[in-house]
Amino acid sequence: MAGNPLLEVRNLRVEFPTRRGILTAVDDISLHIDPGEVLGVVGESGAGKSMTGAAIIGLLEPPGRIADGEILLEGRRIDNLPYEQMRRIRGREIGAIFQDPLTSLNPLYSVGEQLVETIQTHTDMSHSQALARAIELLAEVGIPAPERRVEHYPHQFSGGMRQRVVIALALCVNPKLIIADEPTTALDVSIQAQIIALLKRLCREHGTAVMLVTHDMGVIAETADRVAVMYAGRIAEIGPVRQVIQNPKHPYTVGLMGSIPSIDQGDGRLTQIEGAMPRLTAIPQGCAFNPRCTLTMDRCFRERPDLVQVEETRVSCWHHDKELAHA
Amino acid sequence: MVDAPTTQPAVVGDSASEPRGAETTAWSRFVESDVLYSFTRSPVTVTAAAVTAIFILSAVFAPLVAPHNPFDLASIDLMDSNLPPMWLEGGDPRFILGTDDQGRGILSTIIFGSRISLLIGFASVVLATVLGVGLGLLSGFVGGVVDAFIMRVAEIQLSFPVILTALLIDGVIRGVLNVEKSGELAYWILILSIGISNWVQFARTVRGSTLVERNKEYVQAAQVIGINPTLIVLRHILPNVMGPVLVIATIQLAVAILSEATLSFLGVGMPPTEPSLGTLIQIGNDYLFSGEWWMVIFPGIALAILVLAVNLLGDWLRDALNPKLR
Amino acid sequence: MPDAPIGASTESREGVMRVQGLARYFDVSPPLLNRLIERQPRQILKAVDGIDFEIAKGETFSLVGESGCGKSTVARLIVGLYKPTAGSIEFEGRDIAGLTRVEMAPLRRRLQMIFQDPYASLNPRWRVRDIVAEPLRAFGLETTSAGIERRVGELLSFVKLAAADGAKYPHEFSGGQRQRISIARALASQPDFLVCDEPTSALDVSVQAQILNLMKDLQREFGLTYLFISHNLAVVSHVSDRVGVMYLGRLVEVAPAKTLFTAPRHPYTRMLLDTIPDLSMSGRDRTPVAGEVPNPITPPPGCTFHPRCPFATDRCRAEVPMPITTADGSIVTCHGVEEGRVPEGPVMAGA
Repeated sequence: MAGNPLLEVRNLRVEFPTRRGILTAVDDISLHIDPGEVLGVVGESGAGKSMTGAAIIGLLEPPGRIADGEILLEGRRIDNLPYEQMRRIRGREIGAIFQDPLTSLNPLYSVGEQLVETIQTHTDMSHSQALARAIELLAEVGIPAPERRVEHYPHQFSGGMRQRVVIALALCVNPKLIIADEPTTALDVSIQAQIIALLKRLCREHGTAVMLVTHDMGVIAETADRVAVMYAGRIAEIGPVRQVIQNPKHPYTVGLMGSIPSIDQGDGRLTQIEGAMPRLTAIPQGCAFNPRCTLTMDRCFRERPDLVQVEETRVSCWHHDKELAHA
Repeated sequence: MVDAPTTQPAVVGDSASEPRGAETTAWSRFVESDVLYSFTRSPVTVTAAAVTAIFILSAVFAPLVAPHNPFDLASIDLMDSNLPPMWLEGGDPRFILGTDDQGRGILSTIIFGSRISLLIGFASVVLATVLGVGLGLLSGFVGGVVDAFIMRVAEIQLSFPVILTALLIDGVIRGVLNVEKSGELAYWILILSIGISNWVQFARTVRGSTLVERNKEYVQAAQVIGINPTLIVLRHILPNVMGPVLVIATIQLAVAILSEATLSFLGVGMPPTEPSLGTLIQIGNDYLFSGEWWMVIFPGIALAILVLAVNLLGDWLRDALNPKLR
Repeated sequence: MPDAPIGASTESREGVMRVQGLARYFDVSPPLLNRLIERQPRQILKAVDGIDFEIAKGETFSLVGESGCGKSTVARLIVGLYKPTAGSIEFEGRDIAGLTRVEMAPLRRRLQMIFQDPYASLNPRWRVRDIVAEPLRAFGLETTSAGIERRVGELLSFVKLAAADGAKYPHEFSGGQRQRISIARALASQPDFLVCDEPTSALDVSVQAQILNLMKDLQREFGLTYLFISHNLAVVSHVSDRVGVMYLGRLVEVAPAKTLFTAPRHPYTRMLLDTIPDLSMSGRDRTPVAGEVPNPITPPPGCTFHPRCPFATDRCRAEVPMPITTADGSIVTCHGVEEGRVPEGPVMAGA
């Protein structure tokens, strides 16, 4: 890919040591995000998508640990930084938005105090300047009467409004990258649409890149430029969002797209992928998708496929391996 | 936020049963459980469990374990009274920890004493559990006025120290029955007064868990098929609220043993003819300043070790059963 | 107040479930002491506030709406978990709204429910076979242990689980498998009518597809009637024959699924349809409707949707709209539609 990526993840492996052995939650994944780009990371529960996001911002919950690989922000390694340095990067260069807005807000301080504190920690603004900026930000994220609301506490906001505040908080120091982990999952459908529209507009205006982690293909379709489909801790397919959605290559993505009901499709049967994602304790040999795949051949059970370029997407499936096709 | 492997939905292969065809029994579940694992990984807990087990076993088999039977008047010789421990000058090898003022071996009285202490402790905890769990279930499931009444009573009782409540109940029973402390009855009076003064903890916890469980969908699923409310409480809710009850019961066992010791020390518990650990300490206390320190120190140490061991077990159980820490 | 049951019977179909003026209020007042000392008023939450609908035999009727609209309360009212504040629930011509637990007994067997959360709807301390057998024992359908074992195995096979799975505990299964166990249990008493409260909202999409397909197969095989509760419009459009849209305890529109999704009438329905993510990637930029669902304890006067409605007039702000039946039997509760102010068309333009 041309240019210098903003974020680069190389061969990342996240492990959880447990008494029943080491579980590999993220298994050798590589991806990059260009400046200003929205990369969607989609997968079902247990696919390792949230874990990937947490590893990037250095918030893996112990005993989870990065066992292998590198994470580079503008060419600089950030996966091995001491806690204090990483904390500074989290505030200034990488913002975070989580599913539950309450985890990002302190219930004991007003929204204004939290915004002002964050702004002042990372800039040399005076208190009144920072407060003015806070009000400006609240207005920008669509909170009505921001001059008044700035004095309110998190519990005085509705779920949707809280998520707007969190977005304001994430944006207040103009980070280059925002990791958004299921930012709309806890919200009602009509509010979801509002938040997605807001996130999209702000990132376009600020030139912020976003890594959008979600289980909802609809959100990805609406928001992302590129998408990585994760399965059992690995990337099944990564490419431009239109390509992946309209012309999926990996059998898992094909099944996934077919299993999403849509209002145009009528009331026939949905395509279903038999079975469920394997437990982390029992990931099959070879391709992790092989027990559910209808196209398996011998090699799928023996060797794990690497990502190979097919048109604009990169797919990890033996059926798309050129050399094999010629063999 | 992070879908850690421990919290994510357990995703298994599809319908086909797993190769482990054998039916899981209660025992195999226990062996594989995290509870047993955390037990074997905690030396303090293993030690505490061993100490508790030694106390319980020696209490159960006291007549076999103890060198003498302190209740057997025929074997007691007043000539042996006030002997120091065997390693001190004037000690007698027959009485390892010395003797008391009536010539009973201290070690034997401790073993028989802890038998009485444990018996009263267990029995009063069982009483408190039955009372507390029952009222807690009732309070949480029925709600409304019943709940308000039970909980107000609990709060009032909670505002008095447990030992004061126990003393009060003890006094009332003795007053009503108009009896002097005699052996047989003393057991029942102690069990009743300690049991009744400790039900509140159980009731409050069970009520809280019941409120949570009552609104879970499996309870509604039972209601949808019209299961009798009493059966819903007994078959569905009760098994699911017993985890915390087990923890409280263990910690309350230590409290109950101490309560019994306190009451006996204050002279309203077990009589000197059937001494519990508390009675022994009370008897020994009179001799503390005349030089016979062993009569109070050894029962005191025994009581402290027993209560500490039980408490440590309770602490571990609380941590092991707490899903947040698992 | 319950609305008059205008147009409740639409066609001459065989209706199994007929709900009229159904309402359920919850007292969410602060405790007595606070009310007395702090002079706080009583607070009544009108979770369901007078709704009418009818479900024909063998069809799937869906209730759709955002959180707090009362759709799950309707589900619980119908299976008797709540007693209605007002209105009637007629099941096969008999009003079951006021029945006691004992009177309800013979009907319960035929009226079952599937719950939302497969992690909470199975008692974690029971083996699967006991969970599935509980209705068999409760209704006395099987009395011998051999009979129960055979029937449990059969039920598990209906939902594509193995009979041997009965020996396991719920925690040994995935979310989708647990939902299958829930379905097997609901089928145990051979019901005619199943209330499904968000049965797939806790599941991953690939598993959701399995469960939705399974539910369709079972409906065909056993001639089941479904009341399907969901917030997911795509799922609702996939499973439903007819759909009712709820907003703040009231039905704002009832129509055949095809009509509702191609030609929605009520402004709220149009807004909901507009929020469905566009997987065909047509590049349309959604213009989400501003505002949020108001607090149901203090709903706006008049039409409760008026603060968010681009077509609201003074009449909408003052007068509660009554349901109107259109030519095709659909029902819309909107002054604007009645007056012809709301343009017809699939999707609302700008707000």
